[in-house]
Amino acid sequence: MNPVEGVTFAFSGGAPSIILRNITKAYGETIALNEVSLDLHAGEVHALLGENGAGKTTLMKILYGLSQPDSGQIEAGGVALRIESPRDARAAGIGMVTQHFSLVKNMTVIENIALASAKTFAIDLAAVRTEIVVASTRFGLDVPPDAIVASLPIALQQRVEILKALMSGCSYLILDEPTAVLGPNDIDSLLEVIRRLRSDAGIGIVLISHKMAEIEKVADRVSVLRRGQVVSSSLANGITSKELVALMVGEQQSGISQRKPEPRTGQSPILVLESVGVARETGGLSDVSFAVRPGEILGVAGVSGNGQSELVNVLSGTTQIDSGTIVVEGRQLGSNTPQSLMRAGVGILGEDRHASAVHALQVVENLILDCVEKFNGKFQLRRKEMLSHCESAISQFEIKASPKQAFGTLSGGNMQKVLLARLFSRNPKVAIISQPTRGLDVMATNYVRSLIAQASKQGTAVVLVSEDLDEILELADRVAVMYRGSVVGVVDHSEASRESIGELMAGIA
Amino acid sequence: MKARFALRASTPWWRGPLLVGVAALLTILISAIMIRWAGGAPIPAVRYMFISPLQSRFGFTESLLSATPLVFTGAAVAIAFRAGYWNIGAEGQLLAGTIGATWVGLHAEPLPRIVGVPLILLAGMLFGALWALTPALLRTRLGIDEVVTTLLLNPVALLIITGLLNGPWRNSESGFPDSDVIADSTKLWIIWPNTRVHFGLALGVVVIGLCWWFVGKMSGGLKLRAVGLAPNAARIAGLPVERTLLITALVSGGIAGLGGASEIAGVAHQLTTGISNNFGYTGVIVATLASLSFIGALLVALMFGVITVGSFSASRALEIPSQIGQLVQAVLLITVVCALVIQKYRVVWSTKKIEVSK
Repeated sequence: MNPVEGVTFAFSGGAPSIILRNITKAYGETIALNEVSLDLHAGEVHALLGENGAGKTTLMKILYGLSQPDSGQIEAGGVALRIESPRDARAAGIGMVTQHFSLVKNMTVIENIALASAKTFAIDLAAVRTEIVVASTRFGLDVPPDAIVASLPIALQQRVEILKALMSGCSYLILDEPTAVLGPNDIDSLLEVIRRLRSDAGIGIVLISHKMAEIEKVADRVSVLRRGQVVSSSLANGITSKELVALMVGEQQSGISQRKPEPRTGQSPILVLESVGVARETGGLSDVSFAVRPGEILGVAGVSGNGQSELVNVLSGTTQIDSGTIVVEGRQLGSNTPQSLMRAGVGILGEDRHASAVHALQVVENLILDCVEKFNGKFQLRRKEMLSHCESAISQFEIKASPKQAFGTLSGGNMQKVLLARLFSRNPKVAIISQPTRGLDVMATNYVRSLIAQASKQGTAVVLVSEDLDEILELADRVAVMYRGSVVGVVDHSEASRESIGELMAGIA
Repeated sequence: MKARFALRASTPWWRGPLLVGVAALLTILISAIMIRWAGGAPIPAVRYMFISPLQSRFGFTESLLSATPLVFTGAAVAIAFRAGYWNIGAEGQLLAGTIGATWVGLHAEPLPRIVGVPLILLAGMLFGALWALTPALLRTRLGIDEVVTTLLLNPVALLIITGLLNGPWRNSESGFPDSDVIADSTKLWIIWPNTRVHFGLALGVVVIGLCWWFVGKMSGGLKLRAVGLAPNAARIAGLPVERTLLITALVSGGIAGLGGASEIAGVAHQLTTGISNNFGYTGVIVATLASLSFIGALLVALMFGVITVGSFSASRALEIPSQIGQLVQAVLLITVVCALVIQKYRVVWSTKKIEVSK
């Protein structure tokens, strides 16, 4: 598929264009990329769009030397590049900010950047510091140079990553779903940074994203990948979001959850948190109180890092509370261990699906991991019953997997479905669901949301923690907003809007 | 030219056995070179070491005898490693087991054998588990790394034995630092008449079988594997991670201690400072070579038994150092670990630019 002709050097002035030609990559029998060609130009934001597993990340990993293609070629200015490692890529002026940052968390910002850009035996930290200050004002990337990276919020860590790539001299920068971890305000400032990098510094940017709104705002050119092939590559102002979504999913979007949020007042609450606190220097909880009724979905919104993760940890029992009480069905929990919460009927879907399951174990084993005893025979596990339980979950939850497949080989959407199947097959009275659709494609997202809606219909009380405000507005009957470890407001669905919640999230109201 | 490792997408069933075969051949080849270097003739040495023990009844049964403690320590290490508890202390736990066993053996004169034998085995198991308790508690309560603590307790156990043998348990007849011979009622049965192969071997095989069944077939085993593979995921699924680790650590120590009791009650019949020929450390190698499979550990232990006996006869016949046996085991470890890597990854040599597909 050829890019649009004629505008190749619309933003010229930077480095020569990079051309990926007929890149093919297979993992076993799965073809991740099939003869993919892509042109990247300096001073241009090139958005790479596609569902999960479409091959976006694989393609960029190849460009950055993290993975090798089976065939195909990468050229810059007519010369073939040999990129076998990230070191080669950086030498060719290509930098990448991956979804998982590669910062040394216990070092300061200066040390991290010095580590990446050091070319001499001795390191002059003071000089690096000056360079950081200069670069961060130039690109609008404010970072505290002397701070320990681990102490910085995720948005700032991301800036450090970007700065690190820029200061090691890259003229092309790949950003792999950079906004997935950010709150609305941080997203806006990141988009501003992207604009400045493009226009002021003439850097070519590859932006991998799922979010149409961002692409509309910053992209000059959009390429859509589907099942390992480029199905469209065009200038951004020549194509609408609707067309892009259609290209991405290849079919019309299926219906949304069709839930009609409303506050439920009839029944008495089933889960009540009263002044719950977790003492921490940073990232603790203070005075968190809320109640959820059967069949209700309580959305928990907030900019990333304002205590949502800690709240989920408290409700899953992995973090012990220091003050306050948790009451389930009128009974106060003595301590919030995973076992006591589970016994009380609280189920959990953690924010990180990879960390919530054992990759090396089979799907069936992961599915029953929280209720192994149920399948205890006299001398051994009743494998047959386990398998039939798994088969029925697979058909009920539309999971594309076989029971004996290793969990780690599943796609993100199917992993999430297995974990949801595990959660809902306990018939929990309360379901704590955290970031259920993060990084999922449109189809899987809709399916997961409809599952959540269905569970609430059957009387399960749901606490939905999500950084996707649209998701919360679509599903939640009430929205609790967290700011600096506290719940700063609970808004009924009828009064909830992006603006009202946004103000609470920003700590203004 | 640059080499790098790339994960294999799939592994055909025959690659594992093939690579183990290659590793074994390489081991023999490298050992032969070393033997030549030590002044021996390689081909007879290899024959003495690997084949002659299997050709005579004496050699075979002595190999079984040498393998017996390794069956226990191999199983002990394997089960701990499967749970993600890195117990390097099987040596100390085995030694603690010998202390418990000797203590029962020295005081069990009036008992009938049917009581004495279970008692001495139980004592070994209990002492082994007790020796494993402190590092396990430190790990599960305070998060102190068990690799260091279990390892450092090994020489402590040996020092306690030295103390006992130079003090209260000094041999009453010879005055040497060896204990008295244990009571007849606590000596294990010989299961192969007119040889030294004793009940401990059968017990070891049973232990292997139980471990295999438990880890592979029972709910507790599934939990143990989940805890070992992904402790956080196990915690989220509501599994008692710390308790699983604690219990596994005690079971592991108990199995190693049982191995100690089997040595005392089965062959040595008295405690000496040389009671363990690095059985615990070798157990780590056995379990690793077996990729933490229990049946594999049994086979590797038996093979090590052959090599141990074979290296002694090779050294006697060819006048080369008997340590050559340990050397062979070490070379085997290296080649097999390489084979395991190659089984999972393929080596990619890059000499030219990425090819154009057209």
